Amino acid sequence: MDALVAQLQMQYRNYTVSLYQQGFLDDQFTELKKLQDDASPDFVAEVLSLFFEDCVKLIGNMARALDQTGTVDFSQVGASVHQLKGSSSSVGAKRVKGLCVTFKEYCEANNYEGCVRCLQQVDIEYKALQTKLQDMFNLEKQIIQAGGKVPQVDIN
Amino acid sequence: MAVGEVMRMEIPAGGDMSVTSPELHVLAVDDSIVDRKVIERLLRISACKVTTVESGARALQYLGLDGDKGASGLKDLKVNLIVTDYSMPGLTGYDLLKKIKESSVFREIPVVIMSSENILPRIEQCLREGAEDFLLKPVKLADVKRIKELIMRNEAEDCKTLSHSNKRKFAEYIDDASSPSPSSSSTHDESAAKDFPSSKRMKSEDEKFSSLL
Repeated sequence: MDALVAQLQMQYRNYTVSLYQQGFLDDQFTELKKLQDDASPDFVAEVLSLFFEDCVKLIGNMARALDQTGTVDFSQVGASVHQLKGSSSSVGAKRVKGLCVTFKEYCEANNYEGCVRCLQQVDIEYKALQTKLQDMFNLEKQIIQAGGKVPQVDIN
Repeated sequence: MAVGEVMRMEIPAGGDMSVTSPELHVLAVDDSIVDRKVIERLLRISACKVTTVESGARALQYLGLDGDKGASGLKDLKVNLIVTDYSMPGLTGYDLLKKIKESSVFREIPVVIMSSENILPRIEQCLREGAEDFLLKPVKLADVKRIKELIMRNEAEDCKTLSHSNKRKFAEYIDDASSPSPSSSSTHDESAAKDFPSSKRMKSEDEKFSSLL
């Protein structure tokens, strides 16, 4: 049992570190983990869940705003991008946030092709993060089910 | 009993603000559901009571400042601090700050602005309008701890300042009382001080005595 726990914990550590190294997460995610404790054991998962719902909603808004036959209201697209940039920043979703910065610039430049490209990328990116985090949360569950504790992962 | 003795009874020696609970009650305003969840947790973990609302309009409604007489019943606890996002649709954080500072009832409540954008003119504008501090998003635990310490320190200092200024005024009052004047009364109404809501007690008593001078 202990060997299994140790193996899972090592897997978890390596996986978490890789998410930071590959730029999926930044230190704001670490800040969120600080806010999780025995009284609020699912805090991070809950916030991320809200974030992904936000992604669906905002990307939908952007898609609709870009879909206008005739003139596109880039400020409307930009407003949703700004919101997504904010919430991705608040949860440490580094790649999504980075894309939003570029996306915002295309909005300000009224660059339609640039915006459409960013929209596609942001959609791919939030879904990729969602999958990665699901795997990470599953590892946490497995550790707990095996009778172990989820280790604090030191990124630095 | 001398007038000075009444004031000494009301202000504890430690200079604690006479609030009914040791916890700050914070009103957090943000249109982002993600940010509301995060700021709420940051504040709760810092031992604050938290109420979150999604807009400046809802914040005013909660405080009872929106002109709707029925709304004041919503507030069950006095608000000690308002933390608001800057960029919100409708009423911005800056608009909310102005409305609070314009209110005679609420202008003493410290307001902290949060923004994802580090725009110096914006920060200056908010501080000029009376914001206590400006936090750059994403907000971290250290930011919240710092703000809380700042607010609690300010409240303790307000008490001490008032206590000193009142001692000075007592001395003047006693001097004035020795010369006959139609407005000076020989008995001080001690019980009136107890009728004031605890959090406003300090300032109200200051005004009360200045009218006797």
